[in-house]
Amino acid sequence: MLGFLKQPVVVTAEINVNLVALTVMGLVNRLWALSYPRAVVFDEVYYGQFVSLYMKRIFFVDDSGPPFGHMLLAFGGYLGGFDGNFLWNRIGAAYQILVELHFSHCAAFGAALLILFENSLITQSRLMLLESVLIFFILLAILSYLKFYNLQKCSPFTAGWWFWLLLTGVACSCAVGVKYMGLFTYMLLLAIAGVHSWHLIGDQTLSNVSVLCHLLARGLALVVVPVAMYLFFFYVHLTLLYRSGPHDQIMTSAFQASLEGGLARITHGQPLEVAYGSQITLRNVLGKPMPCWLHSHKSTYPIRYENGRGSSHQQQVTCYPFKDVNNWWIVKDPGMQQLVVSNPPRPVRHGHIVQLVHGITTRYLNTHDVAAPLSPHSQEISCYIDYNISMPAQNLWRVEIVNRELDTDVWKTILSEVRFVHVNTSAVLKLSGASLPEWGYRQLEIIGEKLSKGYHQSMLWNVEEHRYGKSQEQKEREVELHSPTQADISKNLSFMARFTELQWKILTLKNEDTEHKYSSSPLDWITMDTNIAYWFHPISGAQIHLIGNVLTWASANVATLVYVCLFLWYLLRRRRKICDIPEDAWRLWVSAGGLCVGGWAVNYLPFFMMEKTLFLYHYLPALTFQILLIPVVLQHLTDHLCRSQLPKNAFSALMVAWFSSIYLVYRTFSPLTYGEPTLSAAELRALRWKDSWDILIRKH
Amino acid sequence: MGGRAGQSRGAGWGRREVTGPRRFLSRCAGSVLWHFRPGSCLTSPAAAALRPPARRTTTPTMPCEGTRLRFPPCPTARTPFPLVPCAGMPGRRHLPRVGARMTLAAGCCQAESGPRCGGLRQRRPRRPAGEPSRPSPLPRAWAPLEAPVGVWAPLAFVTLLSFASRFYRLSEPPHVCWDETHFGKMGSYYINRTFFFDVHPPLGKMLIGLAGYLSGYNGTFPFQKPGDRYEHHNYIGMRGFCAFLGSCLVPFAYLTVLEMSKSLYAALLAASILIFDTGCITLSQYILLDPILMFFLMGAVLSMVKCNSCADRPFSASWWFWLSLTGINLAGAIGVKFVGLFVVLLVGLNTVYDLWELLGDLSLSLVTLGKHLLARVFCLILLPLALYTAQFAVHFAVLNKSGPGDGFFSSAFQSRLIGNNLHNVSVPEHLAYGSVITMKNLRMAGGYLHSHWHLYPEGVGARQQQVTAYLHKDLNNLWVIKKHDSNTADHLDPSYSVEFVRHGDVIRLEHKETSRNLHSHQHEAPMTRKHFQVTGYGINGTGDANDFWRIEVVGRKAGKRIKVLRSQIRLTHLATGCILGSSGKTLPKWGWEQVEVTCTPYVKETPNALWNVEDHINPKLPNISLDVLKPSFPEILLESHMVMIRGNSGLKPKENEVTSKPWHWPINYQGLRFSGVNETDYRVYLLGNPVVWWLNLVTIGLYLLMATCAIVAMKRGVQLTAEFKELSEVLLHSGGKIMLGWLLHYLPFFMMGRVLYFHHYFPAMLFSSMLTGITWDTLLKFCAGRLSCSMGRRVYTYGTLALMLLIVYSFYLFHPLSYGMVGPMASDPNSPMAGLRWLESWEF
Repeated sequence: MLGFLKQPVVVTAEINVNLVALTVMGLVNRLWALSYPRAVVFDEVYYGQFVSLYMKRIFFVDDSGPPFGHMLLAFGGYLGGFDGNFLWNRIGAAYQILVELHFSHCAAFGAALLILFENSLITQSRLMLLESVLIFFILLAILSYLKFYNLQKCSPFTAGWWFWLLLTGVACSCAVGVKYMGLFTYMLLLAIAGVHSWHLIGDQTLSNVSVLCHLLARGLALVVVPVAMYLFFFYVHLTLLYRSGPHDQIMTSAFQASLEGGLARITHGQPLEVAYGSQITLRNVLGKPMPCWLHSHKSTYPIRYENGRGSSHQQQVTCYPFKDVNNWWIVKDPGMQQLVVSNPPRPVRHGHIVQLVHGITTRYLNTHDVAAPLSPHSQEISCYIDYNISMPAQNLWRVEIVNRELDTDVWKTILSEVRFVHVNTSAVLKLSGASLPEWGYRQLEIIGEKLSKGYHQSMLWNVEEHRYGKSQEQKEREVELHSPTQADISKNLSFMARFTELQWKILTLKNEDTEHKYSSSPLDWITMDTNIAYWFHPISGAQIHLIGNVLTWASANVATLVYVCLFLWYLLRRRRKICDIPEDAWRLWVSAGGLCVGGWAVNYLPFFMMEKTLFLYHYLPALTFQILLIPVVLQHLTDHLCRSQLPKNAFSALMVAWFSSIYLVYRTFSPLTYGEPTLSAAELRALRWKDSWDILIRKH
Repeated sequence: MGGRAGQSRGAGWGRREVTGPRRFLSRCAGSVLWHFRPGSCLTSPAAAALRPPARRTTTPTMPCEGTRLRFPPCPTARTPFPLVPCAGMPGRRHLPRVGARMTLAAGCCQAESGPRCGGLRQRRPRRPAGEPSRPSPLPRAWAPLEAPVGVWAPLAFVTLLSFASRFYRLSEPPHVCWDETHFGKMGSYYINRTFFFDVHPPLGKMLIGLAGYLSGYNGTFPFQKPGDRYEHHNYIGMRGFCAFLGSCLVPFAYLTVLEMSKSLYAALLAASILIFDTGCITLSQYILLDPILMFFLMGAVLSMVKCNSCADRPFSASWWFWLSLTGINLAGAIGVKFVGLFVVLLVGLNTVYDLWELLGDLSLSLVTLGKHLLARVFCLILLPLALYTAQFAVHFAVLNKSGPGDGFFSSAFQSRLIGNNLHNVSVPEHLAYGSVITMKNLRMAGGYLHSHWHLYPEGVGARQQQVTAYLHKDLNNLWVIKKHDSNTADHLDPSYSVEFVRHGDVIRLEHKETSRNLHSHQHEAPMTRKHFQVTGYGINGTGDANDFWRIEVVGRKAGKRIKVLRSQIRLTHLATGCILGSSGKTLPKWGWEQVEVTCTPYVKETPNALWNVEDHINPKLPNISLDVLKPSFPEILLESHMVMIRGNSGLKPKENEVTSKPWHWPINYQGLRFSGVNETDYRVYLLGNPVVWWLNLVTIGLYLLMATCAIVAMKRGVQLTAEFKELSEVLLHSGGKIMLGWLLHYLPFFMMGRVLYFHHYFPAMLFSSMLTGITWDTLLKFCAGRLSCSMGRRVYTYGTLALMLLIVYSFYLFHPLSYGMVGPMASDPNSPMAGLRWLESWEF
């Protein structure tokens, strides 16, 4: 089959012809009626939002991944209408990977065709979604590493060698920057590079110095460069998005203050050091279940709770998720009566003992040996009211600055994270996370945790708004508290601090929605028991589905199985010194298989351990590797298992038939891939090859 | 293949340790002395003889001295040979031999090491002429090891110390400490034979129960909460049993390290680390699962190592013994906690490696290979599985009374338990219209479908009657099955014939107490916003079309009847197509903190959306005994595992809760309060001896560094002397296995979602301690080998002594952590522990 490809004369022209043909076919196949449908499809909702936020320079946090993918989409949008499809020609990459693995052009061409006729990949790349971008970078990384590795033997440290090596690193960091899934392929590449370096160390023809140089070069290109690139993405992200926006609340006060607008507008010009007499609002550092401020109000705890337990019946202290005048507290020196800042101000330092006075009601923050309303193992926090009963005021708190550098550090607005330790009982002021019933207006519960087990963020507080109190009289003070804070210095965080915080938030932010109509489990993916309906035309009934080419998926599974079985068979036999295939073929078999099966495994298996909502499109990177394996296995079978001519011919015929059926399946499902032409209900029903597929058929 | 050789030598040693040590001693002694004369650094033989015998326990680590000290009466030892000063020897070439002697020493397999011994000997100028006629004696610097005193005395000594440290003040404090409240209680359950549920497999608690039973504890103490006084109840038996198993860890570690490294010093170091670790002591002194788990775990490792040593004599009696012992210990380890799976993995990997080596050995026929494979399959897979299953059989046989664990299990399971309301009852088998039933959700602790007169509050969906899932049995759980189109209660009229409910029928469920129908509509559910609300609707059974449900049995064809208990039922809402399910979320106060019931539009086969019929009352139908529905043993086994797995993954930390993180553990960041909080309390605090733990931590880094250097040097083809090769062999092979054990027992915790505690690290800590022994021993030998002989010896001696003293002294400092502290907290300068609170996170 395709014997003419093997003629040496045309070799150079051939690659180009193949590549050009593939590219053209790929472009046609991906771009055909690209602007259709003119509606937002599936996750494009999210990505579209982010792109528009980029345009407006408004800060946002997306827990789905790092910012590079969003940036690319936004960049595409910025250039106008171009949505990234042009660049991501994975078909050429697939072709060249197999060529670089020393497989025949015929096999490489086969791989490219298989990817070309894979419906799910087409659907995914035609829409504004990140998977296809990710797949492109993954394949680019693999390809450039292979090119680099092939250059290694003949010409190390040449320009080409450096180019491909660096490109590997860059592509890896781009893949990780688009989606964290890229990390798995990066790890695989690092492992492969590690094995190759190990062989290099064992190569005793090289001097120690040159081995060291090789290792350093790899370390630089595959570790240092990707890390630097990754940081750079965030740098760009944070530089671009300098305005405050919808997700500000998730970030710490310090971060918010570094954004334009939002909190910065309020806190601008606050005095930095908290002093005795300062008026402050205290924000909980954890911000879960929602960001909130220490709060109190005139209402008291009910004398008895529903379950019969009693309370102190003192004034409630809660955590309130909105800005309010009742969030203001005054820092008071226990030894003095005055509630204003002296001149010069006496700053509060780590370890000082203070009283916290609620601004509006002038009551003292207090805790005592009474069970908290919802957390009976902890102490109740109240604002002390003297009912002339045997419950003395216990309102001294020790300020512990957790992120201090010295033990004499001053308590700083926004920057310091502070624990309040009760002097009498050593309980720590903490947000329990539970929300109070009706009598507490559903605000969040504040407790005194008796066992100071470690540092949890829910015990940390930072001053957000702050001003020096000036009025001694209660009436004036109320007026003062109601008036907005005045303004004038900005507190800029360093890039690294901002990066660390944002990165941490992206990784720990949890999406509450654990269910989705089209979510699926990883086991459904191999057999493609599930699909995703992306778009549905309300009138005509045209629809776009993420649905794969069943035949390709099945063949890919069979190829994986055959590969693993044959590999084990060869391996065991080789251990007994029986070599079924020549050494070269074995090496090729191992390297190609390691790459394809390894790539499939690292991109697939980790999903079994993930607890987030999973969709079929998460499988696509793994699928791409699995498809690459098909021609590898096929060529191996032809070369080594079909010894005589007759089976070879039969095999070729079989392959032609198989390829045409793949094309047929692709054609059959293309209406669901491209969204046109519109199919009738009967035709749709005929396409429902598996009962579990959710194809939308309208009832008439 | 150096590893194999080393192992086989070890095997020889292992065999002989029983048979003829005495005979062996004399022969070895002679040969050793002959060989060492030239290299030995004695300045004066008389001085040697004068050394006090008390130092024997520490000195065997020194080759030269050891030889001399061990056999002072032997006349050859004192021969006034011209003792060549070491400096006079060509040091670099000669000295590494010290290392070689050390490592080779314990081996007695002459046949294999013979040639190399010969090689060594040839470099020795002053070999007596008669010597070559000897069979092939080794240059055994470590000969003392083989002597009965050399091996057994230290073993007896560490065992004694271990037992002493674990049993000292065992009865203190005389109240319930920490998790004793769980495991002691579960021991009592076994004695009382009441059924309970726990997320761990039963073996550990059964053993605790057995120990309590044998020691005369009658199971009456309630173990309600930590701090409860035991009063007259006999708790020492259970604590003593755990302490006994905990004490065995030390000799196990000693033997394992000795077997792996062939170095007495390494073994002693590992043992002393474990003896003097306050954490290990504390954890062994109470009624907990950990000492039992660690006992089996170390037992498995020891027998695995022993079995490896027998590799040169496969299918011999000792080989079979150690192999099957490995299997038995594995069964024990997973029988106590699922963490035991990690040691199964370790043994599994080791076995695969073994088989791989055997496969590469072309002198073995395929039949022999098959035998090897089968033997391992039998001993390491089938035997443990059988034992594991047997534990459960005993567990279920012993616990035959209804108890606190019933609710976690399915209705069919509960029918086994004496005292449960499902036990020995008889109900009609098939559902019919007019039957009064209760429906139980199939998710773990799912609860019964329940309704009551209270309405959903304002703003939570439609203001109709609440429908919830309730965990307890109650009259409000009763529902009547009716046909969707007949309104009257005519099914109870005796003139109507019985009509069975069939798969696929459309029914109505009427709540018996309130006569409202189970109803759903397109309002959002109270907690799960994406689901629909389920309510009770209608008056006296008259509702609307939203009360119709299709009843379906999973995996059944249309038209089949529906069985009580056995059928898994799904109720599909006819109008919206959603499925009745329980989300598992707890409703707020207005819903009496019962569990939310919703109608989910996502058609998924989860147990949340499946129900079974439990109680069934229908006077018109014949009752059958539930005995026919009793599940078979495999079903019980499967179900209890499902429940355990779900229970384990259900142990999620709550938000805003301070939890222990795996990275805290090796740095000993924070301990656990076992007993007492305030100054006046008797306080016990589970915290590793910081010196020991930080030594372990440093050693892991050191090991990685050394292993990397060794492996790169070998790969680069650096010419190493045989002695260094031996050292790196021990380092890479034995150390590698231990390191793997540490990784397998530590890394998986990073991926676990459940609540983690500090004590989860202790199995890994055992491996880490053994690694410390091996690594430091190798390092010191290496240093000694690099230096001149006298210097090297000094470095080796003082290094060992310093390490040991450091460990003992730190134990002296921190022992109150385990044995209890009273008085002011450590932050107070008057406290005896003042100044020892090195980390602010420690709370004592």
